[in-house]
Amino acid sequence: MIQMEFYLVVSTIMMFVGIYGFLTRRNLLAMLISVELILNSVDINFAVFNRFLFPGELEGFFFSLFAIGISAAETAVAIAIIINIYRNMKNIQVKNLRDMKW
Amino acid sequence: MDYTVLILLLPFLSFILLGLLGTKLKPVVAGVAGTAVTGIVAVLCYATAWMYFSAGRDASGVFPQVIAWNSEWLPFGGNLHIDLGFMLDPISVMMLVVISTVSLMVHIYSFGYMKGERGFQRYYAFLSLFTMSMLGLVVATNIFQMYIFWELVGVSSYLLIGFYYTRKEAIAASKKAFIVTRFADLGFLVGILIYGFYTGSFSFTPDSAVMGAARTMLPLALGLMFIGGAGKSAMFPLHIWLPDAMEGPTPVSALIHAATMVVAGVYLVARMFPLFIGYAPEVLHITAYVGAFTALYAAVVACVQSDIKRVLAFSTISQIGFMIVALGVCTSADPHEGGLGYMASMFHLFTHAMFKALLFLGAGCIIHAVHSNEMSAMGGLRKYMPVTHVTFLVACLAIAGIWPLSGFFSKDEILAACFRFSPVMGGIMTFIAGLTAFYMFRLYYCIFWGKENKELHAEHTPHEAPKSMTFPLMFLAVVTLVAGFIPFGHFVSSDGRAYDIHIDSDVAALSLCIAVAGILIATWMYLREDRKVADSLATKFSGLHKAAYHRFYIDEIYQFITHRIIFACISTPIAWFDRHVVDGFMNMLATVTQKSSWGIRQMQSGYIQRYCIWFLGGALGLVVLLLVI
Amino acid sequence: MNILSLFPAIPLIMMLGLWVSRNTRQIHAVMVTGASALLVLAVWLVLHYLGLRAGGAEGEMLLTDSFMWYAPLNIHYSVGVDGISVAMLLLSAIIVFTGTFASWQMKTDVKEFFMWFCLLSVGVFGFFISIDLFTMFMFYEVALIPMYLLIGVWGSGRKEYSAMKLTLMLMGGSALLLIGILGIYFGSGATTMNILEIAQMHNIPMNLQRIWFPIIFIGFGVLGALFPFHTWSPDGHASAPTAVSMLHAGVLMKLGGYGCFRVAMYLLPEAAQELSWIFIILTTISVVYGAFSACVQTDLKYINAYSSVSHCGLVLFAILMMNATAATGAVLQMLSHGLMTALFFALIGMIYGRTHTRDIRELSGLMRIMPFLSVCYVIAGLANLGLPGLSGFVAEMTIFNGAFMNNDTFHRVVTIIACTSIVITAVYILRLIGKILYGTCTNPEHLKLTDATWDEKLAVVVLIIAIAGLGLAPMWMSDMIHGSVTSVIANILN
Repeated sequence: MIQMEFYLVVSTIMMFVGIYGFLTRRNLLAMLISVELILNSVDINFAVFNRFLFPGELEGFFFSLFAIGISAAETAVAIAIIINIYRNMKNIQVKNLRDMKW
Repeated sequence: MDYTVLILLLPFLSFILLGLLGTKLKPVVAGVAGTAVTGIVAVLCYATAWMYFSAGRDASGVFPQVIAWNSEWLPFGGNLHIDLGFMLDPISVMMLVVISTVSLMVHIYSFGYMKGERGFQRYYAFLSLFTMSMLGLVVATNIFQMYIFWELVGVSSYLLIGFYYTRKEAIAASKKAFIVTRFADLGFLVGILIYGFYTGSFSFTPDSAVMGAARTMLPLALGLMFIGGAGKSAMFPLHIWLPDAMEGPTPVSALIHAATMVVAGVYLVARMFPLFIGYAPEVLHITAYVGAFTALYAAVVACVQSDIKRVLAFSTISQIGFMIVALGVCTSADPHEGGLGYMASMFHLFTHAMFKALLFLGAGCIIHAVHSNEMSAMGGLRKYMPVTHVTFLVACLAIAGIWPLSGFFSKDEILAACFRFSPVMGGIMTFIAGLTAFYMFRLYYCIFWGKENKELHAEHTPHEAPKSMTFPLMFLAVVTLVAGFIPFGHFVSSDGRAYDIHIDSDVAALSLCIAVAGILIATWMYLREDRKVADSLATKFSGLHKAAYHRFYIDEIYQFITHRIIFACISTPIAWFDRHVVDGFMNMLATVTQKSSWGIRQMQSGYIQRYCIWFLGGALGLVVLLLVI
Repeated sequence: MNILSLFPAIPLIMMLGLWVSRNTRQIHAVMVTGASALLVLAVWLVLHYLGLRAGGAEGEMLLTDSFMWYAPLNIHYSVGVDGISVAMLLLSAIIVFTGTFASWQMKTDVKEFFMWFCLLSVGVFGFFISIDLFTMFMFYEVALIPMYLLIGVWGSGRKEYSAMKLTLMLMGGSALLLIGILGIYFGSGATTMNILEIAQMHNIPMNLQRIWFPIIFIGFGVLGALFPFHTWSPDGHASAPTAVSMLHAGVLMKLGGYGCFRVAMYLLPEAAQELSWIFIILTTISVVYGAFSACVQTDLKYINAYSSVSHCGLVLFAILMMNATAATGAVLQMLSHGLMTALFFALIGMIYGRTHTRDIRELSGLMRIMPFLSVCYVIAGLANLGLPGLSGFVAEMTIFNGAFMNNDTFHRVVTIIACTSIVITAVYILRLIGKILYGTCTNPEHLKLTDATWDEKLAVVVLIIAIAGLGLAPMWMSDMIHGSVTSVIANILN
């Protein structure tokens, strides 16, 4: 039987890979993918904790489903923004997007 | 004696009225109004004097001090308060007569002299203001009232000197006169503060019971007050404003800068005389030395000036020096014991006011005729202006001290008092009296005799002045002729008792001799058309002549002090300091705030990733912190 | 309603009236009505107050009233007047009245200008009638804020810089004040902000007093142009429009002196006695320093601003002398300086409005061109240098006499130093008069200029009458102030 810790190690690695990617990548799409990694690692945690710590209950799974739904919506919005930015500026490098600041 | 309030009120009202209506009035109306008011005031003053002296002496044989009215004007808390009042005693009554007489004469004279001048109404308004303030000064019931009117005469003098306000010299002279006397008044003010604090009142006769602590401070207070007096009375080294003050219209010079205002300092010392004698005789003697030096200095300078009003100005300074000396050499309050000088000083004040006003008014006629102040434009005027000539000669003889003119009697008393004090002082003063005779007759000859400036006179023939101008001359000349025979000691003396003036024959002979000698030398040097002797002397002692002509460079020293030191070394650095250091500091605070806020703003870069790093770092830091603790 | 509340209320009503008025004519009508009402009210108050005192009214403050408006901190709207505040109210009313006429010719955004002007007056009047620390502070702030806009929008020259500088420095001062007020409130352990009650309790511990006294004194001192916190004054005054300069130098600077006396000295008497020497030195420097600085300035307004530093320094100087005479002199000096300096600024504004320059090197011979304004300028100058018969003399002499009553060398020396300012004042005033009024006019453009219009004449004449009135018959004012000052001083001394 696969123990809970193995899942957690995988999700932690995913989480930090996501954070690292979010902090270091300068491309908006890459950053978005990193955010997705973070969210997915959290989803895994929810499912795992529910499965191992509170068997018979469903809150964790539901929450995972919620998060998946929301992240899908968020990704759609983000992609829309990115595409719009790309159309306007021909560029999706964060450094070059200073116009949004003002 | 309630009517005496009119003596101050009428000129004041006339000032307000003429000042407010200004050019809406016709010049003649303004002049007549001003003169009429002064005339009424003069009549009131004569009546007051008549009533005061005819009321007789009290049991101790003195004329009592009468306070006609007195009311509190400004309370200071405690016992101190400024009163405004009207005090009559022999010297204030004497001054009332002098001021109102000269003022009236000047008012009349100005009709002719100022005719057609722009600002005629303003001129009469200022004259009224001056008359009011000067009268208020002499009848002051307390030292602070005196100070109030003292400042007011200062300002009316300022306004009148600067009457021709479009002329640069007049502006500078008026400014100088006001600031120099103001500076001296600072001494006066501090003196009053000390006096008021220690004696507990501003009265001239403090309660002798409280004089314990005051005794040590009183000499200081009186000394400081004398500085104020020295400023108004043009004592060396505060005399520099007076010669420049001649930029004003000539009648003004006669009234303010010869007869009345400039003797305010003498009057102040006389007013405080009992205190000087009682508590600070040494200060009194210092004033004598100051006066003697001033008299000598001014007499020497007067010998070489070429502007006739300047000569008269220095002669005034010198004569005031005489009066101060006479007061300063007093050693007791008894006229028989060494208090003679007091009476002599007041007598000289009286006679000098008359003949010096006469000299200035005469000079005014001459200037009116030749349109110049310089002696080079004159000469030989006796043919053209007989009245002026005769009256001027009378005044010259009087100031030189020739019997039986008034100056002889008063000057003789002064010299007698000086000899009684010390022979050296007597000798010096006699010498100065000789110098006086010399420079006055130099002036006289240069104006009325000597070489005529034909070209100038051909262009514009000098003529005698109109009646309005010659009448005051004749009146004052008559006064000068007879004033010497007034038994002045019966009215004014240091202890208030009657004192018979008797001519000290030795002193009189000596002073007469030296006066005649002075006149003869002047005659020898200046009577003829060519002045070989004078010119050769001037070239021989060219250094001294030049120095004296430039008044020993005292003005330049002042100029240096005010411009180089006060303006350049104090004011400019302070202004710089204010703008750059004090204000710079405030601006620096602002700049530093702005800079640091700029620095902090840099953290708000807008890069979400950078924020995340800060956030992550912070979170990790907190975790570590929690773990450690 | 308490009659005193009318003072801040009338300007508020005036603001409403201005809001609904449509053209300049209506605006002027509102302003004149309101300002005259204030003036009449102030004169009536003086007479009423004198009547009450003559009728034997006891109590430090008369016409008092109070109601709670913030219970948790026990903040009341409490009002009351004594001789000092009555005098100040009269001064403010005169200046508001004349300021209205002095800005008669204002062309741009007249409505807004007068609305801010009224708000400023609300603050000023409110400050003088308050006897609750917090309410007082609130009105103080109300008086400060409009100044920023009035200078920044309607000013001239480097107006933004000056407005910012002035506001920031005064705000800095008021920050100190707020701290100080809270310090007093908690230090006294009081449950009230009422000045009279705090003074009655008289229980702030000495170690706290030592901290709060300098803070409050400096806080108010900034507004009273205490050296070295005066530098807002030259720039601020130079940039401000005429009426604002008048109100600011004439009344607002008096808030400083009034506050120092009423709050700092009255509530913290022991510290005041112990620490006064520091501030005496600073104020003595102000007095002489301001006068010397004025000697070399070339801008008319700068000269007057520095002169204000000197004269307001004398106010604080006199307050610190801690005796009834000097304090009376201080209040008289506030009155006198307020009137004089308002007159000066009004005249400078009028001259500037015609010649478009304030540089004394470019002006000369104005006496021939605009005799009325020039003569008034001379009168203002003479009042400033302390001519007897005008107000300056009365105030200065009372101060010097009072200051001299302190029988020790330190006080004597500083008094004599302060006395020298009367000579230096004469120097710069006469220099100014000689330069710009006398002489012949060198600029042909100026020859075409006209003399004062009726509204300007009215403003100037009212001020001159007030100055001469105070100078000729000072005893009533002096008595009224003296009566009130004595009780404050008595509280400080024991």
